Amino acid sequence: MNRLHVDWTACDGRGLCAELLPELLVEDEWGYPAPRGEMSVPPALEPAARQAVDRCPALALKLTRVSAGRAPGSS
Amino acid sequence: MTSTVEAPPGSRVQLRLLAGSNDGRLDSHLAQHGRLPAFDTSQVIGMARDAGLTGRGGAGFPLWRKLSAVAAAGRPAVVIGNGAEGEPASGKDRALLTYAPNLVLDGLQLAASGTRSAVLYAPLGAHRALRELIDARRGAGLDRVPVRLVAAPDAFVAGEESAAAAAVAGRAAVPADKLVRITESGPGGAPMLVQNVETLAHLAMIARYGPGWFRAAGTPDEPGTFLATVSGAVAAPGVVEAGYGVALGDLVAAAGGATAPLRSVLVGGYHGGWVPADAALPVSRAALTPYGISPGAGVIVALPRTACGLLETARIAGCLADQVAGQCGPCVNGLPRLASTLSDLAHRRARPGLPAEVDRLARLVTGRGACRHPDGTARLVLSALRAFEADVAAHLAGRCLAEEGQR
Repeated sequence: MNRLHVDWTACDGRGLCAELLPELLVEDEWGYPAPRGEMSVPPALEPAARQAVDRCPALALKLTRVSAGRAPGSS
Repeated sequence: MTSTVEAPPGSRVQLRLLAGSNDGRLDSHLAQHGRLPAFDTSQVIGMARDAGLTGRGGAGFPLWRKLSAVAAAGRPAVVIGNGAEGEPASGKDRALLTYAPNLVLDGLQLAASGTRSAVLYAPLGAHRALRELIDARRGAGLDRVPVRLVAAPDAFVAGEESAAAAAVAGRAAVPADKLVRITESGPGGAPMLVQNVETLAHLAMIARYGPGWFRAAGTPDEPGTFLATVSGAVAAPGVVEAGYGVALGDLVAAAGGATAPLRSVLVGGYHGGWVPADAALPVSRAALTPYGISPGAGVIVALPRTACGLLETARIAGCLADQVAGQCGPCVNGLPRLASTLSDLAHRRARPGLPAEVDRLARLVTGRGACRHPDGTARLVLSALRAFEADVAAHLAGRCLAEEGQR
């Protein structure tokens, strides 16, 4: 299953992703996307997720394959 | 700054990194520890794994796994000793770079075995002494890998792993998105390994005295000693060293003892949380997990009973909100709002739903930044709501338990 990833350093809160993917994302009070729950994308929402990724004006939204083991945050 | 207080019998307070003359000199270092034996990369990974050495910068990630990831990248890595220490309540990295810098530089060489480039990322004020020492070590034929000094800005997030990597690559020292791991490809393309300077110093000790020796301190699951910076209502604030699992009261005693009855203790620093002032509480990941925290980078702040925990937390949250890197919308907007809302509660500007609003904002910012600054700030604030629940109720009624306790 794929997972949504937001590059928060790039996101400027245009809000398109929350409009295109209301099942997964909601806008916070400043217009930035907030996850409703998990950020994993069920197969049925895959096309909408891809559309949201493609249309993000800041190129901040990405789909990543869920893999075991995340990178450590800091030493 | 180091503790000179005798450890109580049975205490885990124990000097290792800071057991020497602590004059920072190369001749005293060599007289005490001798030259560093030579090891190849796989031997360094093996000894780090056998010792169970974890990162001392806060996250506690096993060193050997990061070393393995960098080795697996198959390209020459840049190895960075991280002495930035942006946490205001922490002084242990500065103490280490002053008192035992040769252990740090030894450990940097070990971590950099198999590479060609090592960096010590440290506050500019420490550079002059470090430069002289690096030159002296190079002149004495100690260091195979040349060491470059890079200035760490005095900012909370400048010590975060990806911020350190960015600074070393010549960019602004701010955190980056984590989609690509820097152990695979850092800014500039080369794999990067960022290790806290204390972790490197422990590695230098393990190389000489062995993983078994290292494991004689601490607990079976959390071996070794760690440096703690103890401050607040203690007679001799400073840096002490102890094995993981040390009783909180023993750490406080090693810092001269409490100067007043304590209300609570902040463990893990500004991204940590409040625990009861229970002298018997072990300072270990296992014992602190129920409080949602870990020993982190070893910061301990004792809060006297005469101080209000909500006011103190609001003050810290305000500091943290001022220290956002300014890159991520939820953090830039959310942390100031979280801090000001908590400040309203702390200053008894009560309105309906105030604690619930603090709680909501803390959860709203969590997980929504390039680094863990929003998460850590939220963790601290949420821990205050739990630890000072009675104070919250009193503040909503226009009263303050700390004030009333003073009378």
